[in-house]
Amino acid sequence: MTILLFGITKDIVGSPTLSFPTSSVSGKRMPNTVKELKVYLGKTYPELNKLSSLAVAVNNAYADDDHIINSYDEIALIPPVSGG
Amino acid sequence: MDARYARQIQLKDFGPEAQKKLARSRVLVVGLGGLGLPVLQYLNAMGVGTLGLMDQDSVELHNLQRQVLYSEVDVGRMKLEAAHEKLMAQNTKTTFRLHDSFLVRDNALDVIRDYDIVVDATDNFPTRYLINDACVILNKPFIYGALHGFEGHVSVFNHKTGPTYRCLYPNMPSFDEVPNCDENGVLGVLPGIIGTLQALETVKLITGMGEVLSGKLLVFDGLQQRFTKIGFNTNPKNKKIKGLQEHYDPLDCRVVASISAEDFQSIREQEKIQLIDVRTPDEFEGRHLEEALNIPLDALKSLPKNFKTNRKIFVICESGKRSERAIRQLQKDCPDLNLCNVAGGMLKMKTLCP
Repeated sequence: MTILLFGITKDIVGSPTLSFPTSSVSGKRMPNTVKELKVYLGKTYPELNKLSSLAVAVNNAYADDDHIINSYDEIALIPPVSGG
Repeated sequence: MDARYARQIQLKDFGPEAQKKLARSRVLVVGLGGLGLPVLQYLNAMGVGTLGLMDQDSVELHNLQRQVLYSEVDVGRMKLEAAHEKLMAQNTKTTFRLHDSFLVRDNALDVIRDYDIVVDATDNFPTRYLINDACVILNKPFIYGALHGFEGHVSVFNHKTGPTYRCLYPNMPSFDEVPNCDENGVLGVLPGIIGTLQALETVKLITGMGEVLSGKLLVFDGLQQRFTKIGFNTNPKNKKIKGLQEHYDPLDCRVVASISAEDFQSIREQEKIQLIDVRTPDEFEGRHLEEALNIPLDALKSLPKNFKTNRKIFVICESGKRSERAIRQLQKDCPDLNLCNVAGGMLKMKTLCP
C-alpha cells in the first residue's frame, strides 16, 4: 500500500510517501478502512492526530472514514494548507 | 472588437462573446499578496471589467521574493495603493474598486454582495472559512488557492450545486496545527503558478469555457512537477449556511481598535502618549519612536506598572500585525483596557517622519 503525503503530513512524516508491506509479508493485520488507517498512522506519528480536518483520498477520490481500503489502493493524505 | 484582445478573441473557443463576458464581470480579489497579484495582473490584462482589490497590509521587504508586482521603492507603502497604481497603468479601461480593510465578519457580506466571483488569495484559515460561508450565503462561486512550501492547492468552490470548502475540510484547523508562509516559508515562484491557475479558473468560470475545477482539488507538487486531482462531493448540509458564525478567528472575539499612522502622528504632536513597541530588541534598536517602551511580543504578559490604565495605550510593531496580536493577548486578561493598534506600524511611520 502506498500513501502519498501532502502539506503538513509530509513534514510530520518526513517523506513524501509511505509504503506498507502487505500483510502476507509483514504478518501484521493491515488497516481495512480509512478510519483504521488514520488510527494506525496516528500511533506511529502522533502529531497526525492533532489535525482537525484531514482529507484522505483513495484512488484520487475523497474517502470517508468508513471507506474500505485495499492493499493495491493509492492513498493520499491531504490536510488543508493556508499560505498565500 | 478591441484590437488589444485580438489574440484571445481569435481563439475559436473564446471569441468576441467571451470577451464581452469578461468586460461585464466583477471579480473581487481578497488579499494582495503572492496569489492575489498574479490573479489581478492577468484578469486586468485580459479585460475583466471590474476588479475589487482588498488588503490592509503594507509591502515588506520579505514580500518581494514572491510578490513580483511590487518593487523595492514600494516597501513601506500600502499594498492597496501600490497595486492599484501599477494595475491602472497596465489597463486604463478597468474599473477598480478599492477596499481599504481586511475581510472580516462585519464587512464580508456587504463587500462580496456586489461581485460575481470572489478569488480567495488570503493567507490564513479564518478568512478562508469566512469567504466560504459568505459566498455560500450570497450564492457566489469562489476560486480557492493555497500554498504550503513547494506545494499548492487550487479549486473552485460553491459553483452552482458543487461542493464548498467545508465539504473538503469541515472544521477550521486551530492556530498551532498548520503553519502559514510566515512560519513555514514558501518558494518565490510557487504563488505565481498557483495564482495563475486561479486566474485561469476565474476566466473559465466567467466565459463558460472548458471544465471548471468544481468538485476537484488540484494539488501541485513543485518538487516532483506533479499535478494530482482529487474528486470530492457536495455535502448538502454545507450548502445550507444561512448566517455567518459569531467568530472566525479564535482570538477575534473583540474588534481591535486601530488608528491610521497619519492620525497617530498628529496625536503624537499634540499630546504625551503611552506607547508599547512589541518588536524584538534588535528591531527596536534600529529605529524607534522616542516615547515607545520596548516589550517584545513574546515577553508581553501584562502592562508595565507605570502605565495609566484609564488612558489610551497605543501599540506598535513593524507592520501592524504583531501589535494587533499583542492587543488580543492583553485583552484576554484585561478586556477593559483602552488599547489601540497603529495600522501600518513603523514601516508607515518611517514614511511620515523620515
